[in-house]
Amino acid sequence: MAKGARANFYASAASRLWLTAAFCLIFCLVAAGLRAEGVTFPVLTGHVVDQANLLSPQVRQSLEKKLADLEEKSGIQFVVATIASLQGQEIEPYANDLFRHWGLGEKTKNNGVLMVVAPKEKKIRIEVGYGLEGTLTDALSKIVIVNAIAPRFKAGDFAGGVTRGVDDVITILTTDSSEWTKKPQVRPDNPESDFDAVLPFLIVALVIFVVWSSSRGGGRGGGRRGGGPFIILPGPGWSGGGSGGSSGGDWGGFSGGGGSSGGGGASGDW
Amino acid sequence: MSFSSRLRNLVAIALLGLSLSACGYNTIPTAEETAKARWADVQNNYQRRADLIPNLVATVQGYAKQEKDVLTSVIEARAKATQVHIDAADLTDPDKIKQFQAAQNQLTGALGRLLAVSENYPDLKSNQNFLALQSQLEGTENRIAVARRDYIAAVREYNLTLRTFPSVLWAMTAFRGNKPMAEFSASDDAQKPPTVKF
Repeated sequence: MAKGARANFYASAASRLWLTAAFCLIFCLVAAGLRAEGVTFPVLTGHVVDQANLLSPQVRQSLEKKLADLEEKSGIQFVVATIASLQGQEIEPYANDLFRHWGLGEKTKNNGVLMVVAPKEKKIRIEVGYGLEGTLTDALSKIVIVNAIAPRFKAGDFAGGVTRGVDDVITILTTDSSEWTKKPQVRPDNPESDFDAVLPFLIVALVIFVVWSSSRGGGRGGGRRGGGPFIILPGPGWSGGGSGGSSGGDWGGFSGGGGSSGGGGASGDW
Repeated sequence: MSFSSRLRNLVAIALLGLSLSACGYNTIPTAEETAKARWADVQNNYQRRADLIPNLVATVQGYAKQEKDVLTSVIEARAKATQVHIDAADLTDPDKIKQFQAAQNQLTGALGRLLAVSENYPDLKSNQNFLALQSQLEGTENRIAVARRDYIAAVREYNLTLRTFPSVLWAMTAFRGNKPMAEFSASDDAQKPPTVKF
């Protein structure tokens, strides 16, 4: 009887342990889910993300064509976003977070531009990626906002303001010939991640080679002694799994290339 | 040394190397270097602001010579702010960070006064050079805000690695000399770019 009771006790202890573990896991997941909330961003569906519904389908289409053309020719990823609400944030941090969330521009070049229009707060911002700060400077962005966009917005002409602003920014971006270079057709993958992928095989091959050569050496009567070949292992770059983030495939929808922005550009209101 | 023991040594070395990096030996140094790099960004952007000031002062001087107090306060605050320089090794010292921040905040305040005063001079306000400088200043303030935010996040990350499992094991052993970095408290008036009305 006592034996059965003890077995029972162990069984219930084990199940309690499992239960606790399960609860912990659920709790952690819920906590992580809660933390992930906060400011929500619209989904990047194309070069024009019209969350606030300011633009007619025709305008959206013509803008989309212009911006796709720009990306095709120069690699510059320029996205226009109208935002229903800034959710209590200032437009500067919101635009920067959105830019980084979408990862506009190529990762190595950071050649993205984001135009954010927030009609509810009456704010506009042109956020410029690191790589284009020299071409589309803060002063030029400001001039575009003040001269091309704000007056039209003030008159209620959102389509005209956005179109004119986009045209001006494209003009600025494409006037500087150093930026106006054709994008190579095939974007090579990150060489580092390639190396990461091959590395385990290399090591296995190396170990096999060492074993083989030392066994041959041993067969000849141990000519070499002491200080076997020294293996130098690469220090960094051991990320578990290739986290290359190789988005931006030309097929399979529209997405950012992993570019970033450090807060360049200008903002304004109307 | 026999073949099998040599092989065993080799495998041990390989395993050690693998496990060192796989068990998060690199976590702390990586986070530390990231935080230091973010600090360099912060300092660069403050430097960029300081570089804009002589031009701005010269432009304002051309139109508003009588505002001597404001102009000299900006120049003095700039001189003070550029003197306080923080090496990456000093990032663990909260007093130095505070000193740096105080000097930069003073400059922010002086600049704010300068821009407020310039509102009284219509000729100055419509000067193209002044407008360009103003938007550049505005952009730089925003860059400072972004760089500070990034730095704060990187420091938080680094300090977390010193306190959380499993990297805390490395912090207690191999990186015992690593101290948590001082948090950059985000003061409200420094965080907001100066509002510029056209």
